[in-house]
Amino acid sequence: MTEVRPEEILIGSIADMLADLRHVAVGASSPVPGAAALLARARSGGSLRVSVLGSRDHNFFTDGGKELFDCAGQGRIDAFFLSGAQIDGKANINLVSIGDPDRPKARFPGSFGSAYLYYVVPRVILFRMEHTVRTLVDTVDFISAPGTSEPNVYRPGGPYKMITDRCLFAFDKSRARFTLESVHPGHTVEEVAEHTGFAYDVPDAVLQTPVPDAETLALIRGPVAEQIAEVYPAFATSVFGSAKAA
Amino acid sequence: MTDLLPSVEALAARIPDGARIAVPPDYSYCANALWRAAIRKGVKNLHLIGVPVFGYHGDVLIGAGCVATVETSAVTLGENGLAPRFTAAVKEGRLRTLDATCPAIHAGLQAAERGAPFSVMRGLIGSDILVRRPDWRLINNPFGTDDPVVAIPALRPDFAVFHAPKADRHGNVWIGVRRECMLMAHAARDSLVTVEEIVDGDLTADPVTAAGTIPALYVTAMTEAKQGAWPQALPGVYAADQAHLARYAEMARTEDGFARYLSETVIGREAAE
Repeated sequence: MTEVRPEEILIGSIADMLADLRHVAVGASSPVPGAAALLARARSGGSLRVSVLGSRDHNFFTDGGKELFDCAGQGRIDAFFLSGAQIDGKANINLVSIGDPDRPKARFPGSFGSAYLYYVVPRVILFRMEHTVRTLVDTVDFISAPGTSEPNVYRPGGPYKMITDRCLFAFDKSRARFTLESVHPGHTVEEVAEHTGFAYDVPDAVLQTPVPDAETLALIRGPVAEQIAEVYPAFATSVFGSAKAA
Repeated sequence: MTDLLPSVEALAARIPDGARIAVPPDYSYCANALWRAAIRKGVKNLHLIGVPVFGYHGDVLIGAGCVATVETSAVTLGENGLAPRFTAAVKEGRLRTLDATCPAIHAGLQAAERGAPFSVMRGLIGSDILVRRPDWRLINNPFGTDDPVVAIPALRPDFAVFHAPKADRHGNVWIGVRRECMLMAHAARDSLVTVEEIVDGDLTADPVTAAGTIPALYVTAMTEAKQGAWPQALPGVYAADQAHLARYAEMARTEDGFARYLSETVIGREAAE
């Protein structure tokens, strides 16, 4: 068996967070979460529904772009994935800009559905493939969606975990604070501290993120790689060296 | 009656400077042949509304100097990265940006299609999106106690513009499951539509096609445009031209590269449409 790629560890780890759910939705620019959701579905024996934005083969919605949000607002989506150009220690995410939003130093695509889905989806998994002090900051420049809300704000949903290319954090909503849960193989607790711009808790014993077993790897490299290539051909080519013909 | 026009140039002539136009996202039905004609015509000061986001087609329009304002939840080229002309225009302060979140755009359009003054939605509270949208209001749920919700005013575009797989000669346009085009057409004052193919018969006669069909009532003018979504996909009909879109992302990184892109792909290419 060839060496396990970092993306495959993240895909396996995220898929573990989705076991026993009914419906997982995947939004824009989310190839790793998309692959993880498809892996979780393959292992669920048919009990998990997955909808991937932009997919024809893995998207059952029939009421246009609004249906995903309406469905989430009713509580019919159990997990979703968000990222951020910046994410801070209170799990606020910034998908808009650095500096003055009217004359920004950097401008990113925009907030997409985050300012809604972060509130209403119970298990939002944050992912950031570049774990640096530039991306994981003390305070974001622009709040696309806040990590926590005042008690009178309707908020059944919110951040659950955050996974990066170095480690996995859990989020405690009552304290608005991350705890380091595991570091990925080849990475260390010290390295995570050096590259994280916000304060977080570190337990006495930090686990290592598990490496997918042979059976899981076979699923990732087989059906999952083929399915995710429909929506993310460039990702599939770079990670799995294969892409389904369009 | 829906006007059946002879060309995308004739349809583009219906788009006045300053128009507020709803456009679909990349995974839906983008009217690129029509937008190339609009660029050739030199349309200016458009207010583009992404339903709920937009990509390549809007970036080209921004680069070509056709857009003054964008109202959208995101602008992105997907796997090809940031939309370079959008990003440059915002950083230089040349583009007014009304940032939104996807369901807020839908909520505004849904109010408009009902003829209601506003819709109400959850979320948004505590975000800088809401802080920067004085046109949206925090109100108390009149049926609850201490339950703040956000009121989104009706969003009524001047035009909905998209490219659909087919229409009949009456002006009924089939959009299948791409029902954001239905929402846009209901909400907008006028809809300008290109279609891959104009077919015989009546698409509203059979319930199987009627369920996915926008009645001609909403369709102001349309024209046939073969490959009208190119270089983007027409889902269910043809795939995106990935090589072309990757090349666009590369060329559009500079002003000069973008100018070369326009001269190769858009300017003087009426006959190619």
